[in-house]
Amino acid sequence: MIDQMNALASQIKPATAVSVPVVEAKGLGLTFETNDGPVHALSNVNLTINKGDFVSFIGPSGCGKTTFLRTIADLEQPTAGTLSVNSMTPRQAREARAYGYVFQAAALLPWRTIERNVALPLEVMGFSRTDVAERIHRTLELVNLTGFEKKYPWQLSGGMQQRASIARALAFDADLLLMDEPFGALDEIVRDHLNSQLLELWARTSKTICFVTHSIPEAVYLSTKIVVMSPRPGRVTDVIESTLPKERPLDIRETPEFLAIAARVRDGLRAGHSYED
Amino acid sequence: MDRFRDKIIPVLTILMGIVIAWYIGAYALNAPFQRDLDRRAGETPTTYEFVVKTMTQPKPTLPAPHQVASNFFENTFLRKVSSARSLVYHAGVTLASTLSGFALGTLLGILIAVGIVHVTTLDRSLMPWIITSQTIPILALAPMIIVVLAAVGITGLIPKALISTYLSFFPVAVGMVKGLRSPETMHLDLMHTYNASKAETFWKLRLPASVPFLFASMKVAVAASLVGAIIGELPTGAVAGIGAKLLSGSYYSQTIDMFSALVAGAVVAALLVTLVGVAGKLVERAMGARPA
Repeated sequence: MIDQMNALASQIKPATAVSVPVVEAKGLGLTFETNDGPVHALSNVNLTINKGDFVSFIGPSGCGKTTFLRTIADLEQPTAGTLSVNSMTPRQAREARAYGYVFQAAALLPWRTIERNVALPLEVMGFSRTDVAERIHRTLELVNLTGFEKKYPWQLSGGMQQRASIARALAFDADLLLMDEPFGALDEIVRDHLNSQLLELWARTSKTICFVTHSIPEAVYLSTKIVVMSPRPGRVTDVIESTLPKERPLDIRETPEFLAIAARVRDGLRAGHSYED
Repeated sequence: MDRFRDKIIPVLTILMGIVIAWYIGAYALNAPFQRDLDRRAGETPTTYEFVVKTMTQPKPTLPAPHQVASNFFENTFLRKVSSARSLVYHAGVTLASTLSGFALGTLLGILIAVGIVHVTTLDRSLMPWIITSQTIPILALAPMIIVVLAAVGITGLIPKALISTYLSFFPVAVGMVKGLRSPETMHLDLMHTYNASKAETFWKLRLPASVPFLFASMKVAVAASLVGAIIGELPTGAVAGIGAKLLSGSYYSQTIDMFSALVAGAVVAALLVTLVGVAGKLVERAMGARPA
């Protein structure tokens, strides 16, 4: 009897650990008022992102995937529904420095060296000098940029710059990483490389990652959960739980399982009429 | 060698053109007076003698380049610096008020720009006044500033420096408003996600981003400061400075002196603009700019 309960408890434990919601959207809507009338960037979005998830948002331009990410980051204000981040409002979460944000471009400050760029959030948040040095060292190691501390951004390739901006987002140990098409401007070879590095980093840090992308293979390769979105109005058309194992070598992309998920994503995009224009 | 071909030869060509045009102009403008003199003296010089005479008058209408050059050389290098005829002395006097006015103007320009960028009320109200201030001819305003300040007992360097300030704050204010607003939305969003205060965003983002704009407008401002200082010297009773030298030259028709004072002013202006440019390069280098 006791053995049975213990067995039960051990089954429940990992289950509860997995299902702590980090982001919860209920009936979320966002309408921009423009001169050409209202634009429905987001309409009735219901979504729960749990701790440790790697969630990709995929869809064509104008489907609201970036807007949704910016709403989580308190860079846009929703006009309908509720959104909580770590059981707080997005504003409180931002003030508690709950997330790191990685933009489409590396957005490094050109007058700061790589290490000073990584130090930027730490300076703003008032970390001690020794703590800053230790964190710079640790996060640059995490993104394989050790040895480039004293370089200026223009001395690095595009992929390295984007890795530095990821290091900057990781430096203050936020549990949530919001990434807005971070590898969109990079060529496919660099992108493959960074994708596998990102998975490795995710496995090592067990962060929750929200990742916006245009690329179906990228979304399937990276995610535990794929959110398919459609434009006019911006909405969620499908949420796909990935059945791929956590361990993912690059050639997993040739397996039937991978192709099946990719096909479902493509179907979801087609169902949302995303291919029509 | 490339530098010689690409930079020095074109500049020298233009310079030669100017000098030739200047000699022709000097001949044309001085000839009538010379002809008059010769007629009265009953002389009939050859063409060559006549041309030489037009270039060697003591008070020519337009002095020839070599007259200005020798006067400039004499009054710059052959006189004691403390002498009232030394151009170095006069340039030094003008330089003192130029630099104090420039420093004050730059500071004022930056403060105004910071105000405009951060305070909505100032943003909406201040710019028209700043632009209006520059539409008033400084030549009309300068004597009033000198006279009003003299009435309250302020004379010497300060009134001249204030005229320089008046001219030099403007380019700095306009340039810095643009510079402080130059960070991309992405960088501002980034600071927002860190929950950075306005002050932190200013010191860590806006100010460093504005540095190239600052030096570009300081180049304009330093030249304007020099103009302000010279104009400020005109109504001060012609005591000292390049402006005073110009004024006394015009009183006594010492055209050669006036021209060499003008050359002195141009040399000072070139030096100041170059210095600001070099300082800008050094600062940008220190801020990790890609070497051009």
